[in-house]
Amino acid sequence: MDRKTARDVYRVMRRIRGFEERSATLFGENKIWGTIHSYAGEEAIAAGVCANLRDDDWITSTHRGHGHCIAKGADLGKMFAELLGRETGYCRGRGGSMHIADTSKGNLGANGIVGGGIPIATGAALTAKQLGTDQVAVSFFGDGAANQGTFHESLNLAAIWKLPAVYVCENNQYAESLPVKRAFAVDDIAVRAAGYGMPGLRIDGRDVRAVYDAAREAIARARAGNGPTLLVADSYRHEGHYYGDPRKYQSKDEIEGWRKRFDPLTDARAWIVDEGIASAADLDAIDREVAEEIDRAVAWADAGPLASPIALPGDVYAGD
Amino acid sequence: MQATEARAPAAAREMFYSEALGDALRLEMARDERVIVIGEDIAEHGGAFQVTAGLLERFGPTRIRQTPISEIGIVGAAVGAALTGLRPVVELMYVDFAGLAMDQIVNQAAQNRFMFGGQARVPMVLRTQGGSGRGNAAQHSKSLEAWFAHVAGLKVVMPSTPGDAKGLLTAAIRDDNPVIFLEHKLLYRTKGPVPEGEHLVPLGKADVKRAGRDLVIVTWSREVLFALEAAERLARDEIEAEVVDARTLVPLDKETILASVRKTHRVLVLHEAVKRGGYGAEIAAMIAEEAFDDLDAPPRRLAGLETPIPYAQHLERSVVPQVDDIVRAAKELVA
Ligand SMILES: Cc1ncc(C[n+]2csc(CCOP(=O)(O)OP(=O)(O)O)c2C)c(N)n1
Ligand SMILES: [Mg+2]
Repeated sequence: MDRKTARDVYRVMRRIRGFEERSATLFGENKIWGTIHSYAGEEAIAAGVCANLRDDDWITSTHRGHGHCIAKGADLGKMFAELLGRETGYCRGRGGSMHIADTSKGNLGANGIVGGGIPIATGAALTAKQLGTDQVAVSFFGDGAANQGTFHESLNLAAIWKLPAVYVCENNQYAESLPVKRAFAVDDIAVRAAGYGMPGLRIDGRDVRAVYDAAREAIARARAGNGPTLLVADSYRHEGHYYGDPRKYQSKDEIEGWRKRFDPLTDARAWIVDEGIASAADLDAIDREVAEEIDRAVAWADAGPLASPIALPGDVYAGD
Repeated sequence: MQATEARAPAAAREMFYSEALGDALRLEMARDERVIVIGEDIAEHGGAFQVTAGLLERFGPTRIRQTPISEIGIVGAAVGAALTGLRPVVELMYVDFAGLAMDQIVNQAAQNRFMFGGQARVPMVLRTQGGSGRGNAAQHSKSLEAWFAHVAGLKVVMPSTPGDAKGLLTAAIRDDNPVIFLEHKLLYRTKGPVPEGEHLVPLGKADVKRAGRDLVIVTWSREVLFALEAAERLARDEIEAEVVDARTLVPLDKETILASVRKTHRVLVLHEAVKRGGYGAEIAAMIAEEAFDDLDAPPRRLAGLETPIPYAQHLERSVVPQVDDIVRAAKELVA
């Protein structure tokens, strides 16, 4: 990873962490309605993958989708505005956290259905192939989603058709309360790739360099017309499944231990400084800039008008 | 009131319903390279009902994209393709298999535009077929239009004639929304005049297939043919039944239906699908709400019995409305 990219991905990860922290605060203040799922702890995956994507490449995301959305280039103000139910939000208050999409940046949406985005990314990859463009589609999904039928059907379709798709399984050790050990009889989810005839790679999802390198190769392979890849990134979510999760299925020791051992931001700071890419002071400056960006974004979002009433049929049906 | 079918088009050719559908696909694929067909056994085999016969030779295997048996994978890929610039037409072999793909239909295709605040369009068609009458029994014979009609974001089309099949499929492919296009397995081998070349029947327009003064039968798909046959028999007893083919269930052409109700004052809503929770209930309720004072009798429904479709031929016939049943119901209604 070159020096500029290193600083860029650090900033992206910091923006994601900052967004999640501020969302938690807003949620605690009852300003956010419904449910939100924090991506804190998993930032290196979205940041490392999306650093290899162009604006016209596509992604599909998940219920834990803020990180993917930010890494694909979304505006934080419009994201906060969506969470706050404003007309100025990405989905004009119709979608909320679980349906944030930014089609202008190729983000085909978060998804409230576990595994729902996998076939959609596959279809986007089909478009690229059909129209002869060199666009790539990346599907982010969790370990839980890897046990959905859509995973099987989509990876097989992509493999037989050699679609320009990359499947990124974020193994954060849990599907809601179910630990991966009780959901898979294999230790390495990536071995499944062999069953579809595509490369499968298990990577350290804490290390943004490892994610970046693996994604770079997989995306280049897809872009060159050589077909799909499955990447499985080991990771850990710092927060509960959703804000307010009592986390009865995890011990305090586990949570605290993993949180310390598994923080892609702390790790990234360390090697960026060690390798002389930036000084601690430079990184502090980035942190401050991001904090200010978030303050501005929330203020802008808060000042926006409430989402307009539902207009039928136009909100639901295109055209006519 | 428009009787599109009755007006003989300049150049029409007798065609099977299946051929008319294939004609629409062929013309739309030639017109727009973004239109692709995706589904099981649609290539060399020409589709389970021969609708795509000949298209592989003409358009090749990338645009006639034959798939493994992966219903949700196929429909989901079509959703993703539609979101990103293609106009896919999915062939789902039997509507009874829709359960396997329902998430992509209901939670994704139907709702993407809305959930994303208008950022997306999902111009895809899901062609499939349903209905009984071929001894295929319970898992291959259902009429499930009510499932789809209930979901905001879908359009639902059910053509009864070859001409309508071509015109409505063309309109469905050009529509920017997900359209559920429900064919009937026993209509594929029916023949009728089909306009040559470009032929569009707009979605949301019912068709008065027969004019009459004594009652109106509102129906769709194969029951239109039964209703027309019943109307002939009723005419011998000097009962003149109007037959309105709804053609599109969503959006529904309320005006045409209400105009017929206001003219005849009696209405029989007829469909093959199970009566309970069927789309006929929606139409009967709509009529009661909007034209109660025009009615001389309560709206009446004649529909499938509340049972899975049985296998044996005589049993199969006994659970969905036949011509005799329609004649009887109409006579009771006008009595
Ligand atoms: C089809 C479906 N089943 C169940 C749920 C409820 N649910 C939401 S998230 C989740 C866990 C998903 O786990 P995983 O895919 O590992 O993603 P993670 O939350 O760990 O990021 C479940 C069970 C759902 N939203 N959709
Ligand atoms: Mg998980």
